[in-house]
Amino acid sequence: MSKVKVAVLGSGNIGTDLMLKLQRSELLELTAMIGIDPDSDGLRRAKELGYVTIDSGIEGFLEQPDLADIIFDATSAKAHIRHAKALRNADKIAIDLTPAAVGALVIPNVNLVEHLDETNINLVTCGGQATIPIVHAINKVCSVNYAEIVATISSKSAGPGTRANIDEFTETTARGIEMIGGAKKGKAIIILNPAEPPILMRDTVHALVDGEHVDAIAIAASIHETVKVIQTYVPGYRLRTEPIIDHNQVTVFLEVEGAGDYLPKYSGNLDIMTSAAVKAAEELARHKLDKLALYGG
Amino acid sequence: MSIERELFITEVALRDGSHAVAHQYTTEQVTQVAKALGEAGVPYIEVSHGDGLGGSSLQYGLSRTNEMELIEAAVSVCGSSNIAVLVLPGIGTIKDLKEAAKLGAKMARIGTHVTEADVAAQHIQTAKELGLETVGFLMMSHMASVHKLVEQAKLLESYGADTVYMFDSAGALLPHEVKERIHALRQSLSVNIGFHAHNNLSLALANTLAAIEEGATRIDGSIRCLGAGAGNTQTEVLVAVLDRMGISTGIDLYKIMDTAEEIIAPILQAPQEITRDSLVLGYAGVYSSFLLHAQRAAKKFGIDSRDILIELGRQKVVGGQEDMIVDVAAELAKNKAIYSV
Repeated sequence: MSKVKVAVLGSGNIGTDLMLKLQRSELLELTAMIGIDPDSDGLRRAKELGYVTIDSGIEGFLEQPDLADIIFDATSAKAHIRHAKALRNADKIAIDLTPAAVGALVIPNVNLVEHLDETNINLVTCGGQATIPIVHAINKVCSVNYAEIVATISSKSAGPGTRANIDEFTETTARGIEMIGGAKKGKAIIILNPAEPPILMRDTVHALVDGEHVDAIAIAASIHETVKVIQTYVPGYRLRTEPIIDHNQVTVFLEVEGAGDYLPKYSGNLDIMTSAAVKAAEELARHKLDKLALYGG
Repeated sequence: MSIERELFITEVALRDGSHAVAHQYTTEQVTQVAKALGEAGVPYIEVSHGDGLGGSSLQYGLSRTNEMELIEAAVSVCGSSNIAVLVLPGIGTIKDLKEAAKLGAKMARIGTHVTEADVAAQHIQTAKELGLETVGFLMMSHMASVHKLVEQAKLLESYGADTVYMFDSAGALLPHEVKERIHALRQSLSVNIGFHAHNNLSLALANTLAAIEEGATRIDGSIRCLGAGAGNTQTEVLVAVLDRMGISTGIDLYKIMDTAEEIIAPILQAPQEITRDSLVLGYAGVYSSFLLHAQRAAKKFGIDSRDILIELGRQKVVGGQEDMIVDVAAELAKNKAIYSV
């Protein structure tokens, strides 16, 4: 099967973890790693692995645009606003891992099918990737009037971008809970915990559903089904306990352990983002290849 | 007429006390309390959900009344006192802060866990831009070394905070530890130093005096101990003690005592005392607002609430992680079931 060419923009921790994950993809062919710091560990490793390395940022890539059709942006929200424009002009698809939220908010297993022809998709937030599918799973059974998520991550895995603009996390996640999860009202909270050794990412979903008598068995089954789907691309994603269903309130405790590709295992919050990015790109690639097969190249 | 004050007290009953009443304050209660505190000459009155603006949630407890209504009501009756609001970045946002400022809040208190000061930079800068007097504070200060505390406090100062507070959120610090920490802060910062105590080990007043001795000039109190856990330094007692020490707070002693007796006491469902659970908060170093949540979880799972709190302390859970209470309780109940088979 032919593959779609992709490149990673941003040679930091996230970009490097993406690179290692992309090596395993059957649908995506990583060609290049783009950074701005020639001495970064990411670019050094990319070179060792035989990829094209560009240390002059997006401008450098635009000089050889045939290198890739899909670009993962693992830089910063501010940088992505500029990158988004340049990539659109170059007719490239951008998968945005920053909180810029320029393009459609996407959770791969929930709403990507609605956005297969978009040129820029945004992956919401780590907390959103972990919890919005659960809100959606509950909403499939019972209309969710209110959903609130609490993401607790180790201090060590909260990067400078998240720290400098923590409201972006709460606001974008809340928007995703409503727009993608289907809750009438959404709220998000993030807590940083500095304990050593670092804790795994934990997420709690609290939802209030419509109606007095809820079908607890159907809600639990729907949640389990969703967890299984997410585990296909984030193996360390799991329920900590059975969902607790009390009258019209559903509480779900989750834990995300990273795959430990480049990032340490405790940073499940970062792993779920890079995993979701690869998953989203694979779906877009499949769609692109299907179209090519149908209509010719 | 300007009042001479050598030390500025912030009354936190309408924020920290929100935990003790499970966030059920009514507009009438807040109006009555804020009016009386204003008349007593309390310079700052904090009004917010217990977990700060935006804290109303299933995680921490839903507010009975929208906090913005409570802030507006307090502003309308507090006279020459200033209304303060609290924001914990990650829970409350800049949007919430702007809304409170628009309603007349004059002070913003922005806090983080003792090791995470950098998440407050944007909120502190915005508060300053809004023209608010700005406090940066570090919670659960018993969990970090003196060195770390000072490093983080310096960050808050660098973001523009007018005052930096140390919060003993678990009421776990002993007087000599408070002394050492406030001394180090005073040596390293040039802004005002503040201290916020909890009375879980019956040390709130002793710790507060230790802090004042080392140079803290901003102190939090909760009238009638209406705060999380066993409450904070009891405001009316502190005012009396400071008066005896010759330190002026500008607060009328009889009026603050009357407010405690006639207005606050009827609000309390039970008198604030150091129960075995609040004692364990201080002993195990656990966030004071976990108290009622742990008691509810203990009842639900048929276990001792003290076991839950001790385990939370062992796991080094930080403020805001209320979801861990049910998680830990479920785990303890499971283990208990296994061992009793």
